[in-house]
Amino acid sequence: MPSQLVDKYFRAEDLPQIWCPGCGHGIITRAITVAIEQLGLEPDKVCVVSGIGCSSRAPGYLDFNTLHTTHGRALAFATGIKLANPDLKVIVIMGDGDSTAIGGNHFIHACRRNIDLTTIIFNNNIYGMTGGQYSPLTPKFDKGTTAPYGNIDRPFDICDLASGAGATYVGRGTSYHANVVTSLVKKGIMNDGFSLIEAISGCPTYYGRKNKKGGPVDMMQWQKDNAVTVTAAAKMTPEQLEGKFLIGELKNKPEPEYTKEYQKIIDNLKGSDI
Amino acid sequence: MSNKVRLMQGNEACVEGAIAAGMKFYAGYPITPSTEIAEISAERLPRIGGKFIQMEDEIAGIAAAIGASLTGAKTMTATSGPGFSLKQENIGYACIAEIPVVVVNVQRGGPSTGQPTSPAQGDMMQAKWGTHGDHPVIALCPSSVRETFDLTIRAFNLAEKYRMPVLLMMDEVIGHMREKIEIPNASEIEIVDRKRPSCPAEDYLPFKPEANLVPLMADFGAGYRYHVTGLVHDETGFPSNSTDIADKLIRRLVDKVELNKEDIITWEEENTEDADIIIFAYGCVARAAKTAIKILREKGIKVGLFRPITVWPFPEERLIELSKSVKTIIAPEMNLGQMVLEVERLCNKHTKIERLNKVNGEIIYPEEIVAKIEEVL
Amino acid sequence: MKNKSIKGNEVDHGKLIINADWCKGCGICTAFCPTKAIELKNEKVTVVDIDKCTQCGLCELRCPDYAIYVGRKKNEQ
Repeated sequence: MPSQLVDKYFRAEDLPQIWCPGCGHGIITRAITVAIEQLGLEPDKVCVVSGIGCSSRAPGYLDFNTLHTTHGRALAFATGIKLANPDLKVIVIMGDGDSTAIGGNHFIHACRRNIDLTTIIFNNNIYGMTGGQYSPLTPKFDKGTTAPYGNIDRPFDICDLASGAGATYVGRGTSYHANVVTSLVKKGIMNDGFSLIEAISGCPTYYGRKNKKGGPVDMMQWQKDNAVTVTAAAKMTPEQLEGKFLIGELKNKPEPEYTKEYQKIIDNLKGSDI
Repeated sequence: MSNKVRLMQGNEACVEGAIAAGMKFYAGYPITPSTEIAEISAERLPRIGGKFIQMEDEIAGIAAAIGASLTGAKTMTATSGPGFSLKQENIGYACIAEIPVVVVNVQRGGPSTGQPTSPAQGDMMQAKWGTHGDHPVIALCPSSVRETFDLTIRAFNLAEKYRMPVLLMMDEVIGHMREKIEIPNASEIEIVDRKRPSCPAEDYLPFKPEANLVPLMADFGAGYRYHVTGLVHDETGFPSNSTDIADKLIRRLVDKVELNKEDIITWEEENTEDADIIIFAYGCVARAAKTAIKILREKGIKVGLFRPITVWPFPEERLIELSKSVKTIIAPEMNLGQMVLEVERLCNKHTKIERLNKVNGEIIYPEEIVAKIEEVL
Repeated sequence: MKNKSIKGNEVDHGKLIINADWCKGCGICTAFCPTKAIELKNEKVTVVDIDKCTQCGLCELRCPDYAIYVGRKKNEQ
């Protein structure tokens, strides 16, 4: 029997997952289940929705109501689920290309609506499932199979994008900092509104190999060495922060939630059907 | 209680039919000439405890409707040409994941932005072949306001019964014309609900078909935790790379409709008993055809109408039978020849087939059909 | 819907439990084990010295494949 956690929340008969050795996605998926365990959510009322890509295979391994949708569209499907049945706790798992390229429009509008969805973006800086093409999160000058001479696109900052678009809870963790991911997902689920957690994940097979970033351990080490907590960053100079990235809670500003606002309309109209 | 008589347009009748069928959720995006369907849904749904949401685009509209359907709600989205193109991806998703949803297309002139306020029938083949891969299709085509009401209900019933998207192929004329209709009482309306499992959760196989090839569908949140994917999957719902499972699944999806054709297919015939000539027409064109038949019958020309109400699957058998006893079939269409391809494929061994096509954004007038028939006599 | 019959070949080392069938040999757990109680052998995680294990749980936290986890705690029955 696997660990109690895996036994309780995973469809263990489908393990091990299809992901490559050292892929950070398994670590982040586990971190999400720890958050669910700590919150004591009723599995029958949890719904996990994904799009297409490596990250989007995660829900298949999880023993909840799970939906593997079309590329980029997870948030649109999830919006329908949540609005139709607000009692469900809806968690959305997307990849970086999935959420910010083909799904970019759905992403900003889900943030704007402040609908109660907890979205975790597994950011591995590359399209992994199709073999290593550059994504909107591939750093400038890094390589992908479609950027053989280096990527000249500027990448998004997913957390800034979500904040700007109106997400009410935003945070960032990494596969190395799995406990941070758990704590952010917990707070994201507790936030009554749209929550976005960016989880930086290593892709040793494509992004790592293509960009000479080493193997699984090196990529985890890079996360360890370059992540700076929000509190630590407050005491650091811009020079010290050069090349680093922030982890922890980046925004927590609750605002009225979409499905509750809609319910108010229904309640106000009660008995007025003609 | 007596039935309500009301003057309404086709788009409004569509929403009334949807609500009568049990629609509790609508997601869509504004587009001419279907916008009234969204507007009236937005006004009506919250009054009956339902939900309406205007999504960020057409793709999201159908995606949200499919998501909502998984929670057990009866859902609909409506659009027109350009939006119908955008929805194709998720129509395919609803086919393979077997999720009921009603998709309304109030057809306008295309391609692209085309003629947004003009009627057309240019999406009939897109309804059949628009999404990639082999898949089942049910498409219904109303030719009056009252029939729009009835067929919207039928679209919901078929979607629920066969766990699949059902397309309601309206056109701008039917969507915007106003007619007096008598709305039946709820007790007179047949409502079909999807079959849900009652077995213990651990015994539930979400994609194991029943005798009619349709699996039982549990609502998300009802205690049956299962997986839904657009990948080829086995009876448990999990993806599979097995060639056998892929073959079995795709054939079953298509057979769901093929083997239940008798239940699904409907058509209308007028004056076919003694007809020498049959007009094959659907949607608003069938209305012009009926006037043309009156004019021609007064002149002693024996003309009848064959009107497919279910356009997909196509009412093949009856049309083939009729074609054996007539000299000519005339197929007027507001496109450059789409459904006529089916007529030709099925009937050209038995009779002569003539086309009459118009794509300038105007309707086909009865006189044009009369003239065509007099020309080929 | 969940089938409880699990494939796998678990070995209970007391403080640690290892399922070699699920281990893909990425080396993350061994690299970040603070006491070096585990190491990779033939691309599978193995226990070198179980006495060194403090049951800190970092291997379990960071194993992408759930192939290693903390067993019964010392003070548990």
